[in-house]
Amino acid sequence: MNEEFSPKIVTFACNWCAYSAADLAGVSRFQYPPNMRIIRVMCSGRINPNFILKAFEQGADGVLVAG
Amino acid sequence: MRPSEYDEGLAKRKAIFKPYAQAIPGGFAIEKLDKAPCRMACPAHLNVQGYVQMVKAGKYREAIEIIMKDLPFPGVLGRVCPHRCEKSCRRLEVDEPISIKELKRVAADHVNLSDLPVPNITLRKGHVAVIGSGPAGLTAAYFLALDGYRVTVYEAMPEAGGMMRYGIPEHRLPRSVLDAEINNLSRFGIAIQTNVSLGKDITLEDLQAHGANTIFLAIGAWKGLKMRIAGEEALGVVDVITFLREVHLGKLSSLKGRVVVIGGGHSALDAARVALRLGASEAHIIYRRSKAEMLAEPEEIQEAEIEGIKIHLLVAPLKIASNGNNVSGIECIRTKLSELDSTGRRKPIPIEGSEFFIEAEHIIPAVGQEPDLGNLGQDSRFEISRWNTLVVNPETLQTNQPGIFAGGDLITGPATVIEAVEAGKRAATYISKYLQGEVLPTEWEEGPPMGDHWLSVPKEEPIRHRMHAPTLPAEQRLSGFQEVNLCANEKEASEEANRCLNCGGCCECYQCVTACKAQAVTLETHAQVSDLLKIKAGSVILAPGFEPFDPSRYETYRYAGFPNVVTSMEFERILSSTGPYQGQLKRPSDGQHPHKIAWLQCVGSRDINQCDHSYCSSVCCMYATKEAVIAKEHAGGDLDTAIFFMDMRTYGKDFEGYYNRAREEMGVRYIRSRIHSIEEVGETNDLIIRYADEDGTPREEIFDLVVLSVGLETPASLKALAERLEISLDKDGFVDTGSFSPVATSRPGVYVCGAFQEPKDIPYSVMEASAAACDVKAKLSSARGSLVKERIYPPERDVSDEKPRIGVFVCNCGTNIGGIVNVPEVVKYARSLPSVAYVEENLFTCSQDTQDKLKEVIQREKLNRVVVAACTPRTHEPLFQETLRDAGLNKYLFEMANIRNQCSWVHSREKEQATQKAMDLVRMSAARARLIAPLPQPTIGVDDRALVIGGGIAGMTSALSLADQGYRTTLVEKASELGGNARHLVSTWRGEVIGRSLSEMIERVKSHPLIDLYTDAVIRQSSGFVGNFETVIGQGEKDIQIRHGAVVMAVGAEECKPKEYLYGEDSRVMTHLELDRAITGKDIRISEAKAAVFIQCVGSREPSRPYCSKVCCTHSIKSALELKELNPEMDIYVLYRDIRTYGQREALYRDARAKGVIFIRYTLNDKPEVQKDGFELWVTVKDHILDRKIRLRADLVALASAIIPADNSALAQIFKLPLNQDGFFMEAHAKLRPVEFATDGIFLAGMAHYPKPIEESIAQAKAAASRASVVLSKKELTVEGVVSHVTESMCRGCGKCVEVCPYNAVSLVEREGGRTVAFVQEALCKGCGSCAVACPTGAASIFHFDDQEVLTMVHAALHQGI
Repeated sequence: MNEEFSPKIVTFACNWCAYSAADLAGVSRFQYPPNMRIIRVMCSGRINPNFILKAFEQGADGVLVAG
Repeated sequence: MRPSEYDEGLAKRKAIFKPYAQAIPGGFAIEKLDKAPCRMACPAHLNVQGYVQMVKAGKYREAIEIIMKDLPFPGVLGRVCPHRCEKSCRRLEVDEPISIKELKRVAADHVNLSDLPVPNITLRKGHVAVIGSGPAGLTAAYFLALDGYRVTVYEAMPEAGGMMRYGIPEHRLPRSVLDAEINNLSRFGIAIQTNVSLGKDITLEDLQAHGANTIFLAIGAWKGLKMRIAGEEALGVVDVITFLREVHLGKLSSLKGRVVVIGGGHSALDAARVALRLGASEAHIIYRRSKAEMLAEPEEIQEAEIEGIKIHLLVAPLKIASNGNNVSGIECIRTKLSELDSTGRRKPIPIEGSEFFIEAEHIIPAVGQEPDLGNLGQDSRFEISRWNTLVVNPETLQTNQPGIFAGGDLITGPATVIEAVEAGKRAATYISKYLQGEVLPTEWEEGPPMGDHWLSVPKEEPIRHRMHAPTLPAEQRLSGFQEVNLCANEKEASEEANRCLNCGGCCECYQCVTACKAQAVTLETHAQVSDLLKIKAGSVILAPGFEPFDPSRYETYRYAGFPNVVTSMEFERILSSTGPYQGQLKRPSDGQHPHKIAWLQCVGSRDINQCDHSYCSSVCCMYATKEAVIAKEHAGGDLDTAIFFMDMRTYGKDFEGYYNRAREEMGVRYIRSRIHSIEEVGETNDLIIRYADEDGTPREEIFDLVVLSVGLETPASLKALAERLEISLDKDGFVDTGSFSPVATSRPGVYVCGAFQEPKDIPYSVMEASAAACDVKAKLSSARGSLVKERIYPPERDVSDEKPRIGVFVCNCGTNIGGIVNVPEVVKYARSLPSVAYVEENLFTCSQDTQDKLKEVIQREKLNRVVVAACTPRTHEPLFQETLRDAGLNKYLFEMANIRNQCSWVHSREKEQATQKAMDLVRMSAARARLIAPLPQPTIGVDDRALVIGGGIAGMTSALSLADQGYRTTLVEKASELGGNARHLVSTWRGEVIGRSLSEMIERVKSHPLIDLYTDAVIRQSSGFVGNFETVIGQGEKDIQIRHGAVVMAVGAEECKPKEYLYGEDSRVMTHLELDRAITGKDIRISEAKAAVFIQCVGSREPSRPYCSKVCCTHSIKSALELKELNPEMDIYVLYRDIRTYGQREALYRDARAKGVIFIRYTLNDKPEVQKDGFELWVTVKDHILDRKIRLRADLVALASAIIPADNSALAQIFKLPLNQDGFFMEAHAKLRPVEFATDGIFLAGMAHYPKPIEESIAQAKAAASRASVVLSKKELTVEGVVSHVTESMCRGCGKCVEVCPYNAVSLVEREGGRTVAFVQEALCKGCGSCAVACPTGAASIFHFDDQEVLTMVHAALHQGI
C-alpha cells in the first residue's frame, strides 16, 4: 500500500456553465490532477440524487455536481 | 517581441499572434510591416532578419535555407561580404549594428550543404550556357537550374569560382568553404567545364550552334590597370590580379625582400597580407587618400596593421626606380585632400617638396581592373562602354544581342561578390522569361520604394555592444594561409542575434508554414494582402465603438512616467485569466500583489480644462466599482480599495444595488474628491495621492497601484470615417441622432449603434444594435429572404433495426492532443471496445477534407453511430452533426469525447495518465453511443402576427416597427388614449418638443393599415408558445381572441406619488410630471415664482426602494433651465445626492451651474425638510461645505419622485414572466439579451424594463420589434430533439414537473376519463431535465439524456473492462 491514494471522481457538469468552464480551464492551460471524469448533462437540474448514489455504489470516491 | 495590443502593452507578443485570446475558433494574425532596412540595403535583398532570427534560435539549417533562397554562397558571403546591411541596421539608433555577416557565417559553418534536400525541380525546355564561373555566373546557373533549365558553365581557369578563388586569398576565404559551396551546385544538375576559354576553345557561335538557347556572359574583370607612372615595366612590378592568381596557382610560393602595394581597396590589403605570408620582409601600402576613403573595411585594415603592414596614407606614387632591370623602390609624394568636388569626392593634391622614397624589391599596383574583353572586344556586335565594360539593358542585363545576357564585373567593372550575385540572380530571372517567350522590359524598372513603416525602436532598449568574432593570434598567422577571422561561438552568436530589434515585423522565416500541420498558414496565405471590396448594400450600420481616453496627455496623473499608474483597460487585462499575469492580481513595476488600490474617476471625462471632453463617459463609475469588487475577490480579503469620485453614477438597472453591496458588504471605500496630485514614494514605485476631503481638509494616502478610470472618446480615425460617409457628428465627436430616431444618422439609410453615438454600456449598445437592425429591416423589407440559400440534406437512413456500428475518430488536433496523448494507443484501445466497427486517427478531424472522408466512411462502413474524440462539443458538435446529416444519419447519433480541453491541455505534464484518461473518455462515449437513438426534430408553423402590450412611446414604436416590416400587429392600451407618460412631458433633454412628435406617432399608429388598435383594453388570458400564441383581449364587456407569433411587453411605469415634503398638502409642492404640465399650461404657480427648490431622489435610492430612477437628475436640471429661461431672476436650488446627468446630458448640468442654479448636496441621513411658515414654504437642508443648516424660501418645490413599475403581477402571471425584486420585468440576460425574456417569443421594451428616457425607450422598443421579427419572419420553427417527454400511463398528474420547469414548457392537461397528466410543449422545452428529476414515478424523462444514457457513462467511467 505504498501507492498514494488517488480518488476516482465522477463529475456531472452542466453544458452551459460548468462544462464550458472546464473547457475554458483547458484553453487557459490550467493544470489539475487527471483523476476526474466529466459527464456532460444539459443542466445540473438533470442530476437525480440516484445518479450520485449509483456512482458511489460503482466505486467512485467522490462525485462533483457542477452547474 | 513587441507590446501586445490586446494586453494593453502589459505583455509581449510575437509577429504571429492571436489578436483576441478568447476567440472561438481562435484565429491568428501575422503582422507584416515594410521590409526591414537591412534587407532593403542588401544588393541581393537577402532576408537578413529571417536568418538572423534563425541563428538566434540555433536553427542554422533553417537560416541557410533562407539564405539559399537568394544566393548559393552563404559561407563565402559570411566571410567576404562588405555588409551594407549593417550600415542601415536600426540598432544604430540605440548602439551598434548587428554583426550580420558574422551571424551568416556562424550559420554556414554549422551546416553541411549536402545535408539539405534538393527541391523537386520541374524540368523545362531550354539550355543556357554560362561563360565564367565567378559569383555572377554560378548564381545565374543556380537559379536557372532551380527553374528547370539545363545549364553548362564554361570556365577558362583550371578551377571554378572566378575571383572568389583567384582574387581572394585563402586567409580570408578557405578553399574548403568555396569548394563545398561550388560542389553543392552539381547536385542541382549544373555542369561546369573548366579550362575552356571563350575565343580559344569555344565561340559564342559554337555554343549557339550546339543548342544553347541563351548565353550568359560573366567573364569578370581580370585585367589589372596600370598606374601610368615611369618605371612600371621594371622586373618586380606585377599587378595585383596577376600576383594573387599566380599565388593561387602555386606558381609563386615565396617572396623575398620588401613589397609596396599601391591602392586602398580589398585587393591592395589582400596583396600586402599575402606578400607577408610568402616571406616578404616588409609590406607597405601606399594610398593617396585618407583612411576614411579606403574601400577596405576598417576591421580588415586593423587586422593588416596587426600583422605588421605599414600603411602610408595620403601618399601618391611618383615613379618606380630600378636598379638595372630590377625594381629598387618607389618614389612617392605626400598629398592633401581637396574640399569635396562636384562628384562628392575629395581629390588628393600633391604637396610640393614632400617627396620621399621607399626602398622595395616588389611593387604591386592595386589601382583598378577592367574586363579582359579578348575577342569579345573585337566582336563588333557588342556595344562596349568607355570603361571597357559591356553595355547591357540595366533591367534585364540583356546585351544588344538577343539571347545573350551579361553580368558581374564584366558590366560593372570590379565590384563585390554580393553585387555579382545580384546580377546573376537578375539575369536568371530574365533569361527564364526570355526562354518562356515573354516580352522583356526595355527600361530600368524601379523596384517598390523602401517603406519606413517599421516597428519603432523601444524607448527603453538597453545598450548592448556588438559581438566581435575572435581572430587567429597574430603570431600564428604569417606562417601560412590559415583563416584569420574565426567563427563566433554559438552562445555569443545567439545573443548577438537577439540584439536584432525585429523592426520589420514578421521576418518571413516561414517557420509557421512548416509548423502548421493544418496547412492554414501556407506560403500563399502568408502572402495575403489587404484587398479592396465593393459591396452593394441597401443600408449601412455603423458600430465602430470608441477608444479609451489616452491619459498620457494628462500631466497630473503621471500615467506616462509611473509604472504603477495604469488605465482601467489595462486593469481589465490584469484581472483577466487570459491577461498578462494569468489573472493574478499583480502590479507592473515589480509583479507584487498590491495591497491598496485606488481608482480615480472622470479621467478624460467631465473636464474641459485639460481633455476637452465635457461629457460624462457613462460607464466608468460602474466599471470601477466592478473592478474594485473583482479585485477584492481575486485578492481574497487582503486588499483595500478606494474610489475617488465626484458623483457616483450607478443609474442602470440593478447598478445601485451593486454599488450598495460594494460599499457595505465588500468594503470598497468611496472618497468624494478630485485628487490634487500623484507622486512616487522613493524607490518603491508606490504612489502617494494628495487630495482634499469633503470638508476641504488636505489629506494624503499611499497606494500600491492607481487605476485611472479613463473615459470613452471618438478617435480621429472615426471622425474621418464620418466625414467620408457624410454623416454629421456633434461637438463631442459622437454621431448626431434625435431622441425620436435614436439610431438614424443625418444621412438616410445610414444607422449607428453603440458608443459611436454616445458613451454607453453593453446593454444599451446591444439594444441599439437590434434597433438599428430593426430600422434597416423596415427599410429593406421588400428584399427580405432574397439572398438566402437553403441547404438540402439526403433522406435520413432508418437505423432502428440495425445493431450499433460505432465509428470512432480520434483527433490529434495537430500536436494539441497528439503531443500529449498517445493517439495511436487510444486508437488501438478504441478498436477493442464492443460495437466499435471502425476507428481512425486524424490530424484534424474538423478539417473540411476530413468531413468529406467522414461522410464517405459512414456510408462505406455502414456506421450508425459516430464518436469523435477531439475537442469540446460546445464548439464542434454542430459541425460534425452537419456531416452526419450529409451522410444520411440522424444528427443525434453522434457523441464527442473531449480529449483536448478536458484532457491533453489540462494534464500536459502527465502524458501517461492523460492517455489513460483519453481512453476512459472514449470508452465512456462509446458506451453512451450504443444507447443513443435517432430523435425527430419536428417543425411547427409560425403565425406571423404580433401583439404589443402598452400604448406608450415604447409600445407604439414597437408596433410601428413591426407593422413597417409588414407584420400585422395588435396594439393593446389600457387607457383610453395612446401616449402614456409622454403626454405629460414638455421636451427631451436635447430640447426637442415631445408633444409634436408624440401626436405624429399616435397618428401613424391609428392610420397604419397593419395595426389593430385596442384602447381601454386589457389582456385577460394567453396560452401557447413561440410562434403560436392565443390571447384574449378584454375591452369592456367584450372579449376578443387573437392568434399571434410573438409578444412585446411595453407596459411602462408610473411616477410615484410622494408621501413626504408636504406633497399633497400644498399645491406648490409638485412632482416632475405635474411641473411639466404646469409649465406647459403657463400655470400661475410658475409665472409668479421667485424661488424654486428641486429635491432629488424622492423615493429612489432609499432602503425601501433602492434603485435609481435614472431620468430625474436630467429632468430636474432641464426644468431648472426652463424656469431660468422663463424668469432669469428666479433663485433655483437643486438639492441632490449625486448628480447623474450621464453621457452628454452632463452639458445641461454645466449649463445650469453657469446660469446660476445652485446645487446643494445632502445625504440620506440628513434629508431636507419642507415646512410651511404661514403661507410661506421653507426648505431646510444641511450644506456640507458650510457644515450648517440653511433655510431656503421656495415658491415652488419640485420633487424628483421615483419611477415605479405598474402592478405587473397579473401580466407576469398570464405570460409566466419573471419580475425583479423592484417589480420590473426581468430580461433573459442583463447584458447580452436585454430585450428578450427567457421564454421564447416574448420581448421587453421601455420602462416596464427599467426607468429610462425617451430615446432609450425608443431604441429598446425597436430592438424588441427587431428580435420579434426574427421569430415572425420564419415560416416554421425547428424544435430541438433533446426535450422532455412524459409517458402518460405512468403519470399521476401530481404537477411537480410543472412547478420545476423554468421554461413553462410543462402543463397539466386533462385526458379522457378526467385523468390529469403532464404535457410537454416541445417548442418551449430546453431539455434541462429538471422535470425528470422531480418526477416521482419516472414518467418524465429526457430524450438523449435518459437515466440509462447517463448512468452508462458513470459505469464506464469507473469500470475499465466492458
